[in-house]
Amino acid sequence: MLKIKDLHASVEDKAILKGINLEVKPGEVHAIMGPNGSGKSTLASVIAGKEEYEVEQGEILLEGENIDELAAEERAHKGIFLSFQYPVEIPGVSVTNFMKTAINETRKAKGLADMPANEMLKMIREKAEMLEIDRKFLSRSLNQGFSGGEKKRNEIFQMAMLEPKLAILDETDSGLDIDALRIVANGVNKLKSKDNAVIVITHYQRLLDYIVPDFVHVLHNGRIVKSGGKELAHELEEKGYDWIKEEVNA
Amino acid sequence: MDLKDKLVSSFMAFEDLVDVEAAVHDVRSEAMKTFENEGFPSKRDEAWKYTSLNSVLKHDYSVFPKKESALEYRDIKKYFIHDIDSYKIVFIDGKYSSHLSQTTHDGIDVCLMSAALSKPKYRILIENYFNKAATKDSLSSLNTAFSQEGAYIHIPKNKVVEKPIQILHFSTGNESALMLQPRNLIVVDENSHVQIIERHQSLTENPVLTNSVTEIFTNKRAIIDYYKIQNDKQNASLIDNTFVKQKRESHASVHTFSFGGQLTRNNLNFYQEGERIDSTLKGVTIIGDKQHVDHNTLVHHIEPNCESHQDYKGIFADKSTGVFNGKVLVDKEAQKTNAFQANNNILLSDSASINTKPQLEIFADDVKCSHGCTIGQLDESAMFYMRSRGIPEKEAKALLMFAFSNNVLDSVKIPEIKQRITKIIANKLGVNLGFDL
Repeated sequence: MLKIKDLHASVEDKAILKGINLEVKPGEVHAIMGPNGSGKSTLASVIAGKEEYEVEQGEILLEGENIDELAAEERAHKGIFLSFQYPVEIPGVSVTNFMKTAINETRKAKGLADMPANEMLKMIREKAEMLEIDRKFLSRSLNQGFSGGEKKRNEIFQMAMLEPKLAILDETDSGLDIDALRIVANGVNKLKSKDNAVIVITHYQRLLDYIVPDFVHVLHNGRIVKSGGKELAHELEEKGYDWIKEEVNA
Repeated sequence: MDLKDKLVSSFMAFEDLVDVEAAVHDVRSEAMKTFENEGFPSKRDEAWKYTSLNSVLKHDYSVFPKKESALEYRDIKKYFIHDIDSYKIVFIDGKYSSHLSQTTHDGIDVCLMSAALSKPKYRILIENYFNKAATKDSLSSLNTAFSQEGAYIHIPKNKVVEKPIQILHFSTGNESALMLQPRNLIVVDENSHVQIIERHQSLTENPVLTNSVTEIFTNKRAIIDYYKIQNDKQNASLIDNTFVKQKRESHASVHTFSFGGQLTRNNLNFYQEGERIDSTLKGVTIIGDKQHVDHNTLVHHIEPNCESHQDYKGIFADKSTGVFNGKVLVDKEAQKTNAFQANNNILLSDSASINTKPQLEIFADDVKCSHGCTIGQLDESAMFYMRSRGIPEKEAKALLMFAFSNNVLDSVKIPEIKQRITKIIANKLGVNLGFDL
C-alpha cells in the first residue's frame, strides 16, 4: 500500500529525514517510535503533504503511484489520513459542517455526487456513538475549547467518517487519560480491516497495548535504525532509547 | 469645471425646482455655504488621511439626470432580499419608482422624503428631526443642500413593524456619469421596533458617486436593526453618512457588509442621549482588486450606564486597501459605560493594506472600555489541517474566511439576510460550500 524509498526531507534547509525506507502492506499496523526530535512527526507530515517540507530525495508511493507532487487534499482523496498531534481550532465552523465539506469534497474529487443529507446524518450519528461522542459536541466549533482528550477523540471520529486506506496517528495517545485512550483505541481497532493500514506514531508503548502493531520501527536522527515485532516496543519501554543510540553510534 | 464648482452652480438650478419659501430651504442654503467654504475633504484632513477622493471626483457627473428610466422587477429582483415579505422604497437614478415600491401609511409612514418635506402634515416632524443629527461637515452639508429625495420612515409608538423595509437605489447608466445624494430620515418612537435593509446598486460600468445621508432617531425603548449591503460595481463609489441618535433604553444596531465598489466610505455616528442605551456597530469587509473600504465610526457616550459594541472584520486581497478609524468618546457624566471595540484583519496579498486606528477619549473614571485590533494572514496550520481532510485549498480558504466573519454574521437577526450575505461571499470566493454558516 505505502512504499517509502530512501526519503530525505528538510524544512528551511535543515535536513530532518535522512533516508527512510518503509513498506506498509494492507491489513498491517506499524508503530514508529523514537526519542523527541528524531523526525517522527516530520515523517507523518511529509506523507500527508505539508508544503513547508521539502522532499530532497527518494519517493513515496501509494499503491504504486508516486504522490510527491500531490497536494495535501489530493492525498486525502486517495485515502491518506493524518490524525494530528495538535489538532487546529477553527472557530465558526461546526464539527458537522466541517465533516460534510470534507466528505463531499472527497466525493466530488472522485466524480461522485454529494452524499444525501439523511445518509450523512445517519453516518455521523453512528460514528459519534462508536466513539462515545455526545451529539451536542457535533454542533460546536471545530476543536475550539475542546479538552486534549476531546480533540483526539474528534480526530478519530473524522477518521471514522472518512474511512481512509492509510491512517497515520501522530501521538494520538498524548493528553489522553486511560478511559479516553481505550475509547480511541477501540475506535481505531473497529476501523481496521484487511484492506487498510495504520501507522501509529508514539513515544510510549502504552497505546500499543491497545492497538497491537505487527511491526515496530525505531526512528533516530532521521533514519529507521531498528525494526522488529511488538516485543521491541516492550524492550524500549523497559530500557529507554539510549541503548539504541549507543548501538547506532558504535 | 471641477465638481465643486459644478455643484455650487447647480444649486441655483436646484432652487428653481424646490419651494424656496419652505423653512427647510434655509437649512439647505446654510449647508450650501458650508460646502462652498470647505469643499471636498482632502488627505490633509485627519479624518481622510488614508482615503483620497481624487480618483472619484474627477468624473463629469450629472447632478440632475435628464431622462426618466424604468426597470423591470424581474431584471433587478436579485438585488432585493426577495424571499421575504417587505416594504420597499425604490429609486432609479435618484427618482422614486412607484412601480417597484411598496410603501404604506397604514399606522406607520414608509414613504418619501420629497413628500415629507412638502406636505403640511409632516411639518412638525421635519422641524423636530430634519438635519438634527447630521453633522455640519462638508459632505453631509453638501447632501443637506441638495436634500430632496430619499426614504422617510416614521414608526409611531408601540408598533412592531412586522416586515422589514428595504431601501434600494439603482443607477441605470443612462447618464455617462451620475452623482446621487439620497437623504433618509427614520424616526422610531417609544417602544417601537423596525428592521431596515439598504442597498445601492449600479447596473452598468458607468461611474456613479453616491453621497448619502441617513438620520436615525430611536426614541425611548425603541429598537432598530439596520443592514447595509454594499456589493456594487467596480466604478461605483459610496460615501455613506449615517447618524443615529438614541434616547434612553433604546437599542440600535447597524451591520455593514462591504464587498464591492471602487471606493466606499462609511461614516457611522452614534450619539447616546439617555441611560441604559445599547449600540451595536458591526461590519464584514471582503474586497480585492484595487477596491477601497473605509469605516469611520464614532460612538459618543453622553449619559451613564450605556453599552456599545463594535466588531469589524476585514479581508483584503490583491491591491485592495482598508481603513478602520473607530472613535469612542466617553463624557465625564457617562459613568459605568461599557464600550467594546474590535477590528480584525486578514491580508491575503503583499500588496493589500489596512490602516487601523482605534481612538478612545475617556473623561469618566468608572468605565469599562476595551479595544483591540489585529492584522494577520490566514492561519497556515489551519489550512494544512483542512486540506489534509480533503478540503481543497480554495474551499479551505473560504471556510477560514467564513469562520473569521462568523461573529458578525451570527448577530444578523433576519435569516434571509444572513443567507444572502453567505451567498455573496461564496460567489465572491468562487466556492459552493453546500451549507449556510
